[in-house]
Amino acid sequence: MTDTNLAAHAGPAPAAAHTPMPAGALFQTIRRAAIFLLLAMLVAGFTLAEPAFINFANLMSVLQAVSVVAILGAGITVTLAVGGFDLSVGAVAASSVMAASYAMVVWNLTAWQTVPLVLAFGALVGLANAFLIIRMRVPDLLATLATNFLLTGLQLIPTAGRSIATGLILPDGSSANGHFDHAFLLIGRAQIFGGVPLPVLVMLAVAILLYVLTEHTRHGRLFYAIGGNEKAALLAGAPTRRLRLSAYVISATLASLGGLIVAARVGRGDVSSGASLLLDSVAAALIGFAVLDRRHPNVLGTVVGAIFVGVLLNGLTMLNAPYYTQDFVKGAVLVGALSVTYGLGRRRI
Amino acid sequence: MQGDTPLLTIRGVRKAFGATQALGGIDLDIASGQILALMGANGAGKSTLVNILSGLFAADAGEIRLAGSAFAPASPRAAAAAGIVTVHQATQTVGAPGMTVADTLLLDRFADRAAPWFVSRRSVRRQAANVAAHAGFDLPLDRDFGDIGPADRQMVAIARALSAQARTLILDEPTASLSRHEADRLFDVLEGLKARGLAILYISHRTGDLARLADRAVVLRGGQVVADMARPIDFDAALTAMIGRPLAGAHAETRASEGHAVFELDGVRLHAGAPPIHLTLAPGEIVAVTGPLGAGKSRLLATIGGVEPLRGGEMRLAGQPFAPRGPAEAIAAGVVLAGPDRHSSSFVPSDWPGGTVAGTIALPHLHRWFPSGFLIGDREQRAARAAIARLGIRASGPDARLDTLSGGNQQKVVLARWQAEPAKVLLLDEPFQGVDVGARADIIAALRADPSTATLIATSDPEEALEVADRIFAIDHHGLVPWGAVPEGLAA
Repeated sequence: MTDTNLAAHAGPAPAAAHTPMPAGALFQTIRRAAIFLLLAMLVAGFTLAEPAFINFANLMSVLQAVSVVAILGAGITVTLAVGGFDLSVGAVAASSVMAASYAMVVWNLTAWQTVPLVLAFGALVGLANAFLIIRMRVPDLLATLATNFLLTGLQLIPTAGRSIATGLILPDGSSANGHFDHAFLLIGRAQIFGGVPLPVLVMLAVAILLYVLTEHTRHGRLFYAIGGNEKAALLAGAPTRRLRLSAYVISATLASLGGLIVAARVGRGDVSSGASLLLDSVAAALIGFAVLDRRHPNVLGTVVGAIFVGVLLNGLTMLNAPYYTQDFVKGAVLVGALSVTYGLGRRRI
Repeated sequence: MQGDTPLLTIRGVRKAFGATQALGGIDLDIASGQILALMGANGAGKSTLVNILSGLFAADAGEIRLAGSAFAPASPRAAAAAGIVTVHQATQTVGAPGMTVADTLLLDRFADRAAPWFVSRRSVRRQAANVAAHAGFDLPLDRDFGDIGPADRQMVAIARALSAQARTLILDEPTASLSRHEADRLFDVLEGLKARGLAILYISHRTGDLARLADRAVVLRGGQVVADMARPIDFDAALTAMIGRPLAGAHAETRASEGHAVFELDGVRLHAGAPPIHLTLAPGEIVAVTGPLGAGKSRLLATIGGVEPLRGGEMRLAGQPFAPRGPAEAIAAGVVLAGPDRHSSSFVPSDWPGGTVAGTIALPHLHRWFPSGFLIGDREQRAARAAIARLGIRASGPDARLDTLSGGNQQKVVLARWQAEPAKVLLLDEPFQGVDVGARADIIAALRADPSTATLIATSDPEEALEVADRIFAIDHHGLVPWGAVPEGLAA
């Protein structure tokens, strides 16, 4: 709003905007390419220090490590596009891990039954979020934060706080004798095309699907229109409530997909599995703003953001940087990326 | 008054943005106790001049003297300290909802390091009352800034500006969102300030306001002073100087409406208990509804456009009952509404997807233009190029960001959106806000060139209504009455 007003006041701004000063053009190029330059520098630097870094297997393990974060981040990106924010994805993923484990270990379901069940669970959570936000008019951050707490607690109740594995003692004293379906475990462990982990392919598919949805379909355009100016979208005839609802359903369903991958990789229902997922995927989505200097949420940026953080952490681990420095590094990257995007070469006001 | 030594002298001031010469050597004197109207089309350089005087930009060359001493402010704060204060058009940025008017009046003092750190409600109230008393008018000090009308916001902005040692007051389009009555109140305030010896630089597109207020008018075009006239001001000459060509037909010629009514309002009530409204619109006809802010113009248009529910009576479109449950249904039926204030009702931020000329035009038509759902092909770009050519939109192309366009051109984009597909009824709420005469003439020509759409325009400026409409109605206490004879003093 302030920007547009300033432009309207600036008299000959139209012409001026097309002939930016050289310094401005330089800053803009830097802003556009910043993440990619940094990524290339990181890869080159790590390869020099530790040639094993550039191995195909290592690169695949980087991608495998970031796949869940990228999938969750892509979902968050869609909610950001409609002007919302889904803070429940971490808990949805974690409770999906528990739900999948419970379904197989306690209910003896197969992979073919478990996967649709868990995805439906995610979609249901999305509907509940949408109900709170759209019908009950709870601000999005508060509503999804509340869902986050709710699910974080709810997932502990059926097993009285125990992790789920074969032989689990249920609260009623009986023991669960089901086991993880072998086909289910393949979701997290299979390798295709000579060594590409299945989660990486799932991430790629989700990324392409959501990229096309948000950037190249009219639904995506309307998502952004709602996020940019909901009133204008409504006056242009967009079904804003339905579109916002679908954004939250997409986000939560993707989060449960992420949970399925975690469950399949770990092979047990670990109560603490979702701990850092939320903040990592939020960070990926926010770093995504900086990619190509888009300055709005975008799926491509989110995936690049997730990969960027993954490369950094993997490289530092290979260089024997202590595990406890990881969060510090992530924070520094976020601060750096956001200040480059928003700060560099921009006038005050 | 004219004989006084000038308070502010501007000599040879130049300013360029890249290759564009915004100001090409301006000479101007402003005396104390004078209201100077600064006129010019969008892009003529008046905003640049104002921004230099208010300390936002530095001039490339030239000299400005205020009361004899050199004036080259480094910031708006420095300009205000030296005595030149500016009240910008967008008064919603003066304060914020949740603050009281008293808090808003003192905002700059809260930011002043010399002021005491602890603030009590009583001292705020007392100081705010002092500020209002100094400005010389009453303000609702205890009300929430978010709840007061645009006129009061304008007054708050002026009062706060005057709380500094102001000698020159610059007002940018202050009546843009004011009703006639509210504008009169503002004019009384300005007359009072003038009598106290302030120099007032008044920027407006509204010749009615200027005729009442201005002692002198200066016209800018292409960064030069092209006319400087003392009272009585010949506004036809001023407008001709402003756009560089005579303004063709300042008043619309009334055309007899042909054919059947395409749209009928039959006893429509905007409120329970409000008088019923009857109105018929014929294809190709332009009807204007004028009246003060809050009289119900916007509500009438919003009701027809499906934004507000119908509270009584019946609407008929092409003879069939018409009761849209939302804008989407109205648009599907061919009844389209361009809301007031294009930024809040029509645009997404310029750095978002769809923030371009093409994206803005396409937004309501996406499902028709891209039935597959995928944005493939150049349908948007073609529509935008056609609109740019037809309406004379000054933009670098279909993918130009909206914030690179001037106000008049942005408004043309709004019109292009709703003319991109044939509509039966076009509803325009304040379509000429912040639009200069040249662009206004282009928009009016485009509206009058449409033979098949019935157009209903809401405007608080009767002069705009006269310029565009075949028939004019006044709305008052939520009733609609034909507005016949031109009142005295309005004819330009």
